[in-house]
Amino acid sequence: MRVESSTLMAAIFLDVPWAVVLILLPLAGALVCFISPAVAKSVVLLTVFANTVSVAGLAWQVMENGVYRHAVGGWGAPLGIDLYADGLSLLMLLMTALVGLAVSVYSTAYFDQPQAARFWPLWLLLLTALNALFLAADIFNIYVTLELMGLSAVALSALSGGKDALGGAMRYLLATLLGSLLFLFGVALLYHGFGSVDIIILGQRIVASPIVWAALALITAGLTLKTALFPLHFWLPPAHASAPAPVSAVLSALVVKASFYILLRLWLEFFAPLGVEDIGTLLGLLGAAAVLWGSVQALRQSRLKLLVAYSTVAQIGYLFLAFPLAVGSNVTAWNAVACLALSHALAKAAMFLVAGNLLRFGGHDRIADLDRVVQRLPLTVAAFALAGMSIMGLPPSGGFVGKWLLLEAALIQGRWDLAAVMMIGGLMAAGYVFKVLGFAFTQANIPQKSKAVPATMEWAALLLAVAAVLLGFLAVPLLALVGMGMPFGSSEVGP
Amino acid sequence: MIWNTWLPLLMVASSLLPGLVIFGLAEERLRLRTALNLLGAVAKLVLVGWMLWGVYNGQHYETRLPLLPDLELVLRAGPLSLLFVTLSAVLWLLTTIYAIGYLEGSPHRSRFFGFFSLCVTATVGVAMSGNLITFLLFYELLTLSTYPLIVHRGTEEARRAGHSYLIYTLCGGATLLLGTVWLYTLTGSLEFTPRGFIHTVGEEHRLALVIIFILMIGGLGVKAALVPLHGWLPRAMVAPAPVSALLHAVAVVKAGAFGIVRVVYEVFGVERAAILGLTGPLAVVAAVTIIYGSLRALFQDDLKRRLAFSTVSQVSYIVLGVAIVGPVATIGGVVHLVHQGLMKITLFFCAGNVAETLGIHKISEMNGVGRRMPWTMAAFTVGALGMIGAPPIAGFISKWYLGQGALEVGQNWVVLVLAGSSLLNAAYFLPILHRAWFLEPPANWPHEHDFGNKETAWTLLLPPVITACLALVAGLLAAAPFSPLEWAQLISRREFYQP
Repeated sequence: MRVESSTLMAAIFLDVPWAVVLILLPLAGALVCFISPAVAKSVVLLTVFANTVSVAGLAWQVMENGVYRHAVGGWGAPLGIDLYADGLSLLMLLMTALVGLAVSVYSTAYFDQPQAARFWPLWLLLLTALNALFLAADIFNIYVTLELMGLSAVALSALSGGKDALGGAMRYLLATLLGSLLFLFGVALLYHGFGSVDIIILGQRIVASPIVWAALALITAGLTLKTALFPLHFWLPPAHASAPAPVSAVLSALVVKASFYILLRLWLEFFAPLGVEDIGTLLGLLGAAAVLWGSVQALRQSRLKLLVAYSTVAQIGYLFLAFPLAVGSNVTAWNAVACLALSHALAKAAMFLVAGNLLRFGGHDRIADLDRVVQRLPLTVAAFALAGMSIMGLPPSGGFVGKWLLLEAALIQGRWDLAAVMMIGGLMAAGYVFKVLGFAFTQANIPQKSKAVPATMEWAALLLAVAAVLLGFLAVPLLALVGMGMPFGSSEVGP
Repeated sequence: MIWNTWLPLLMVASSLLPGLVIFGLAEERLRLRTALNLLGAVAKLVLVGWMLWGVYNGQHYETRLPLLPDLELVLRAGPLSLLFVTLSAVLWLLTTIYAIGYLEGSPHRSRFFGFFSLCVTATVGVAMSGNLITFLLFYELLTLSTYPLIVHRGTEEARRAGHSYLIYTLCGGATLLLGTVWLYTLTGSLEFTPRGFIHTVGEEHRLALVIIFILMIGGLGVKAALVPLHGWLPRAMVAPAPVSALLHAVAVVKAGAFGIVRVVYEVFGVERAAILGLTGPLAVVAAVTIIYGSLRALFQDDLKRRLAFSTVSQVSYIVLGVAIVGPVATIGGVVHLVHQGLMKITLFFCAGNVAETLGIHKISEMNGVGRRMPWTMAAFTVGALGMIGAPPIAGFISKWYLGQGALEVGQNWVVLVLAGSSLLNAAYFLPILHRAWFLEPPANWPHEHDFGNKETAWTLLLPPVITACLALVAGLLAAAPFSPLEWAQLISRREFYQP
């Protein structure tokens, strides 16, 4: 009897269209939060929790039935809106769900009333956009969700309302609009040239032609701008540093990854098979420059939030190092990207939440004045240290696994220059992480007025950091999940 | 037996779990913290005893967990692992007792003991690693868990020392990582294998192998304090005495030296390394380190700094034993891993006692200390004489085997190095002994603590007396079963020079 009921449960669980739930649920949540702010807090917590369950459900479906494809409303391609989920989508959804959960819990304690009422609906709207983006099966829907994501992200970054925040948000707005516009031009060219916006159909039809090169240039330019790849990173540090801590966490952990995901997806499906090694090399070079420049800038900062923001610029560089390394049948480089992206999301979100805690605690984020914070906020400093381990790429952590795989790919290809960049980047990362930790241990007796930090905020940061470290032991199942539907397999067709 | 696959993991967990719990304890939970510390340390010792007996009788203990596609986290208890694990477990228990006494009443003890346990966890992990990636994992963990111990006092000087420690060790870790990944791309394996696993690599990669060797030894040499990579060690002396003791005798420097043993014997294979022309230069580096460390020690007036330079010198005996390439010298080097640990920890305990009880930090203030603290200085004397190489203390056995091993393979110059080093050791230790025993004590000690009619607290006195006795016994009963020397011979038979 029990066996039967459990199999029945399993059948129901497998039957639910989780992908649709993943889009409608946060959207409905956003509307409820907008209409009645009084219940917003519980609605958000419920939504992000259900969101995590839905990702698990979808992952199970994909593992049972293979790659997931759903025609919304019964309209199939090429007319209707299709949803698509393979291992790569699942990775991004999982990342969003985990970071979203922690950030939401953190935000319940972080925001005071007037800000909270604006934060909750925008955040759930952003979550909707992210989920829809990772599930979109065609490039036009990707454009729509990208725009939605960009606008809600800009609104969120302006939330604290100061002069810095508005200035940062304005730059961010212009950058994100320009990026989306370039992307839209690319989409239009591809649609014009090949008569479809569906990724898989386009992937079959695309042949090397001037239209494709133009589209490739536009799409790559637009998306690297939105991903803040060096030298197009100028908008990121002010926007991320001036936003409220939970918003910075979401922006750095998820939003820049979303545009990276699109670039990666289109690269794998459209462009890599055409043999555009030069563009890959260029992306790799820019990535290397980003690692070095971002790390140097991070080292020079005297404010914690700016340091963490520049660290994001550097860490994004690592993701782009994989493009030249994945030439040929090298899945290792893409696996490295999967590990690095997820571990960076967890660790960087943790770091921004830590920065929020310290800002709340001492009323400032000057690194040199963090004296004795180790004793007074041990959990927060532990979170920073653990997240830092992953960012530096020291074992055991998800960052280490990613770095190991990327280094392996670089050495197999004989790319000593990129290997050197990774090593130097890792050491500089250690430099800026320990710059903070070193001051946290010192014992100068500065009588500072300090405000209590709620335990929720400390634990949310710590759990994210612990997850980034534990990822170091979970690489095998993670890569098995990411490999569902062989999203990286198409690179084997390449030259 | 199912147990055998989990015992190595349990060994690591026996210090990790207490450590994690201790982090969460409030500062004033003294009893619970002490109980947890001792429980972990004793549990580890019991496990060590069990596994020593098992390995002696041919049992196989191995834990494997998936870490990366095609790479596993491997913890294995072989004879060489157990030598280092035993040393760590015994000295951890003693250092814990010592630290409880030493830190009594000082702040942040939960943090201290938490990281202390993590540090031992990492050391035991280093010892039991069954492949290079596992080794690397614990090696870096050791770096990270030692840092908070070095900066524990929170002074500006401590912050600087921690900073310099990190620069050295993280760069070392990076080169080790690079070498490891490179080796992996050439061999497709990282498993420690008796007599090495690089024979699969073709002759065309000869240069690559040489560079990998340099990268790895360079990375390990930072922790082993090979000249010119030793700069962090004397500076790290700002740490509390139990930390220095553990750093110098077991954890950090030994992890480096142990790693060199592993890389030479079980990654490259010593014959293969010799063919590649790598052991000769390594021997020279070791010899230079031995002499240089001793020379620098000669001119230090700060007691801990003199001991630190002495460590620089002594740890390279292990490397020298490895690089001479011969079974007897190998035994000398490997056994020195234990002997140096016992003697050096004794010396550091004693230095800590003198500083804590009388406020003496400089050698020039040590006149007549032997009369005020006879037990402490007796232990110190045993340690110092052992370092010089006086029979029947353990240090003599190491030097004897090293010298004989060098002569056996015709490397006579090594004997000169050993003799010179012994002379220098005598030159910097004997004056201390002379001052302590034969000169008149001053009217007032710099900063005396009152321990009633005892010479110092028993928690501070017991550990050095025990380690001094162990150093003496290890030398006297070197031929007895389960002595370090016998065990080193077992290692040499089973892992290094199989017929």
